Amino acid sequence: MPLTLLKYGLRCSYPSRPFLPDEREAKSTYDVVVIGGGGHGLAIAYYLAQDHGIRDVAVIERGYLGGGNTARNTAIIRANYLTPEGVAFYRESMELWRDLSNVLDINLMYSERGHLTLAHTDAAIRTMRWRAEVNKHLGVESEFVGLDDLATLCPELNLSRSVRFPILAALYHPTGATARHDAVAWGYARAAANRGVHILQETEVTGIVREGGRVIAVETNRGRIGCGRAVQAVAGTSVQVGAMAGLRLPIQPYPLQACVSVPVKPVLDPIVVSGSLHVYIWQSQRGELVMGGATDPYPLHGTRATLDFKESLTMHILELFPFLAEARLMRQWAGVTDMTADFAPIMGLTPLANYFVDAGWGTWGFKATPVAGKRMAECIATGRQPDILKPFHLERFRDFRLLGEKGAASVGH
Amino acid sequence: MLLIHCPWCGPRDEIEFKYGGEAHITRPTEPDALSDTEWADYLFMRTNAKGLHRERWVHSAGCRRWFNVARDTVTNEIFASYKMGEKPPVEGGS
Repeated sequence: MPLTLLKYGLRCSYPSRPFLPDEREAKSTYDVVVIGGGGHGLAIAYYLAQDHGIRDVAVIERGYLGGGNTARNTAIIRANYLTPEGVAFYRESMELWRDLSNVLDINLMYSERGHLTLAHTDAAIRTMRWRAEVNKHLGVESEFVGLDDLATLCPELNLSRSVRFPILAALYHPTGATARHDAVAWGYARAAANRGVHILQETEVTGIVREGGRVIAVETNRGRIGCGRAVQAVAGTSVQVGAMAGLRLPIQPYPLQACVSVPVKPVLDPIVVSGSLHVYIWQSQRGELVMGGATDPYPLHGTRATLDFKESLTMHILELFPFLAEARLMRQWAGVTDMTADFAPIMGLTPLANYFVDAGWGTWGFKATPVAGKRMAECIATGRQPDILKPFHLERFRDFRLLGEKGAASVGH
Repeated sequence: MLLIHCPWCGPRDEIEFKYGGEAHITRPTEPDALSDTEWADYLFMRTNAKGLHRERWVHSAGCRRWFNVARDTVTNEIFASYKMGEKPPVEGGS
């Protein structure tokens, strides 16, 4: 990759070649049909082709590639979760992220900034000490830090005691990172397409055809597509697509709003999160301050933005960073998140023999894109639930083995 | 912002209320007779309606009473508010 730009610069014609190969005619049947062309679906397709030699794969996407929650998330990557099962899973994702730009031959602008989760209450301090110990035990860099360290790590932060919710301490995760979310979808799409995967955009699934406990085809607006196996990775509409296959998923739709400021000079290096204040903020390489807060208080299948959200968000941002008072907001949006009862995702096998699910990604899906793709591909190729995915099985609800991850959520709920 | 009609206080701003989940889910009268699957269904499974949804709200910054609302989860249109124990005045949906 390092020479790609040089070679490109010396070419006589621009652009040298289209980013994605031309879309091909849909075949009448595929070995694997992936429903959903976001980061997760495209990663599943890539690892099926790359790791397991399964190239007879179609990714079908209702809109355009990465146009759903892949484009709407705020691109924070971390592994400092609360449950051992969650930490082990996200740690593997971090390992994949580090080399992903080279693997996919695209600049993902992956940058490890450090990630600070602020504590404003004794209860938060208790959870952070707990998280730090679980993290360290499982080999994830994570430290509980006091105010002196915090002042060094993020001098911009307002550590004054005379605010409504003074900062008491923080959980520091040095390897916390960000990446360019669109490029993740594009990189996986190109790498998958180069390995023979068909990517069918503007193709909406309207039904799933079953026969004797198996899925045999998906109905789309472009006709019926037969399949040997199928997997859904459709954040925001998991329940509706799952219902087409007769599945019931314990998921509720809550919009999560976010916004960015106009670009400013570099002012903030780490990613700063406060669950108590319902705020997270980091500065992108373009200079925009990316900000998000809490999920909306009631379910909605819509992506409207509200004034109450921005009032609450900006009030709390100014408490942490008073110097941003003059910053103007540039853009706002929302995405519908799939919230599960235990704040952990649902992955793997389903009661249908050849149908797989990658859902329940709530407000934590982007960081898991590589590992979810890799392990879901393994699950589909082998027909067995990989060990690392076993705790995330759909049946954990029936078995009352929930994975309480709420204490590690960055987003207020 | 939603304008929610409290059956006791009339129309008030959304910020005075708290959402309380799907309505008309009855606690099983004989929990011991339920299988694990049935109990898990009662605890975790909700309809996730895309359209008409009947849900509980509490007027937490007002009269502090619970009531039901029939709302569209796509357009946010509120069709009706009705008291606990009353039959839903709006038919259809899930």
